[in-house]
Amino acid sequence: MIEIDIRLARPGGFALEACFATPGSGITALFGRSGAGKTTIIQAVAGVVRPDAGRIAVEGEVFFDSERGIDLPIEARRTGYVFQDARLFPHLTVEGNLRYGERRARIVARRIGFDAVVELLGIGHLLARRPHTLSGGERQRVAIGRALLAQPRLLLMDEPLAALDEARKAEILPYVERLRGEMGLPVLYVSHSVDEVMRLADRIAVLREGRQVAFGTVGEVMALPEVVPVIGRLDIGRVLDCVVARHDGDYALSDLAFPGGTLRVPQVDLPVGAPVRARVRSRDVALALSKPQDVSMLNLFPASVEEVRLQEGPYADVTLALGEGRLSSTVTRESVERLGLRPGLPVWAMVKSVAVDSRHAGFGGPNS
Amino acid sequence: MLTPEEWTAVLLSLKVAFWATFWSLPVAVATAWLLARGRFPGRGLLDGLVYLPLVLPKVVVGYLLLISLGARGFIGQYLDAWFGIKLIFTTAGATVAAAVVSFPLTVNAIRLALEAVDRGLEVAARTLGASRIDVFFSVTLPLMLPGILSGALLAIASALGEFGATITFVSNIEGQTRTIPLAIYSATHMPDGDAMALRLTVVSILLALGALLLASLVDRRIRALLGRA
Repeated sequence: MIEIDIRLARPGGFALEACFATPGSGITALFGRSGAGKTTIIQAVAGVVRPDAGRIAVEGEVFFDSERGIDLPIEARRTGYVFQDARLFPHLTVEGNLRYGERRARIVARRIGFDAVVELLGIGHLLARRPHTLSGGERQRVAIGRALLAQPRLLLMDEPLAALDEARKAEILPYVERLRGEMGLPVLYVSHSVDEVMRLADRIAVLREGRQVAFGTVGEVMALPEVVPVIGRLDIGRVLDCVVARHDGDYALSDLAFPGGTLRVPQVDLPVGAPVRARVRSRDVALALSKPQDVSMLNLFPASVEEVRLQEGPYADVTLALGEGRLSSTVTRESVERLGLRPGLPVWAMVKSVAVDSRHAGFGGPNS
Repeated sequence: MLTPEEWTAVLLSLKVAFWATFWSLPVAVATAWLLARGRFPGRGLLDGLVYLPLVLPKVVVGYLLLISLGARGFIGQYLDAWFGIKLIFTTAGATVAAAVVSFPLTVNAIRLALEAVDRGLEVAARTLGASRIDVFFSVTLPLMLPGILSGALLAIASALGEFGATITFVSNIEGQTRTIPLAIYSATHMPDGDAMALRLTVVSILLALGALLLASLVDRRIRALLGRA
């Protein structure tokens, strides 16, 4: 269990208030725009920044407690910190960097081995190199390895992909996913990218201007109205935890089963039975009162309206129940009136297959 | 090539320059650290004191050394009485004079190097389990190395050229305090001293040039190693 309850104010007018407790496994994303206070939170966990008041504890060990006067020094906290800019030591080789923390780690019961980390991150061929000769993606993988080998209690990742282009991001993401799967370390992951959070996170704390506006599982939080200002109206949607049910090679499509139906999407590069996460944006869900004929959309779900919330401007948010599952649809207020949408009304929900692309259907799933 | 007397002066110069640098370097690193990172009352005063020998006439520095560290100086008399250390008219004294005069240059070079060290790397080291002292020796100091080396070479070069403070503090005694500049000075006062002065001048130029070449070579090597442009 990672418990965070901190308050701090800075002379420039910046104030931060965050309070959440997240399980000691899986990836917890700290999500928000830049300046929202995400990095400050993990800096406080690492001990780099000292909160004005509050308490930080990891697996029962108190890092900081203003009331009891506890403030462990950075080096005693054993947090594996992966910086946005890697911060590899330029005077050491890749191996020297990897060994730096390992050498300083006191022997602990569950030891993360050098060979395992090198293998996991695919950096064996880089060991003799100097940091400045590495690509951005390689540097970040070495930085992750260095943090892991310091035998940390948890991993703090501060937008580790933000400085990389799309190709490099795609190169690293699978390693971060393996990290979660194989190391079983809890991770606090700072990001302002909806895609990254969707793909990686189990839980998410959403921050806005220093205030925590939501905390919960990704599926729950991403549909909350409080999150709209952070994500942006056009990007809100539901995250469905699915399982790959079937591949259709002829059409290069895959069926993803979720509680409430089956989503047909462009082919996913995963075996049948693999857990997968699909993100269905609210603006990609259309509604009809009778079963549509002659439409191109492959995903037609009988559903019932659960809630209609009129928004500013032309928009309205409609929550749909599909048995156990939930979808959200953003429609116009005009459509709400014309179709007479109201709670309890049976409707057909339509989702374009191509709107759910593989970028939004990552590894993972409800594993914690 | 050189007469035995000239060899004595050259070797003495090298010896004085080496030991002056050797003893002042750790103090210079500590002082540079205090000036760059320290937060304490009187830091501004220390800053001024450190750079004072740079702007004072060297004769004044030598005179101040004489009245403080000389045989009857307020520190010197105890150095002699308690430890048996005599600085006046000795090579040790010449070394002290050279060290004091070159100190500001050394501190400055090291301080610039320290200020260029990315503190983010030090934070990273601490998150990896290193204590403050550990970080200093395993990260900060190695990254300062180019600055320390160039500071050391500067110190050696300026110690080799030290004249005013040395002659005022420890006089001009062959084999004890007569370094190359002092030997050249003596030669110009001797009849037929021109040849000797010229030979020692050539040696001075060669030594200075050698130090500069070595400095740039070392600097290039280290930069290549650290991947800096």
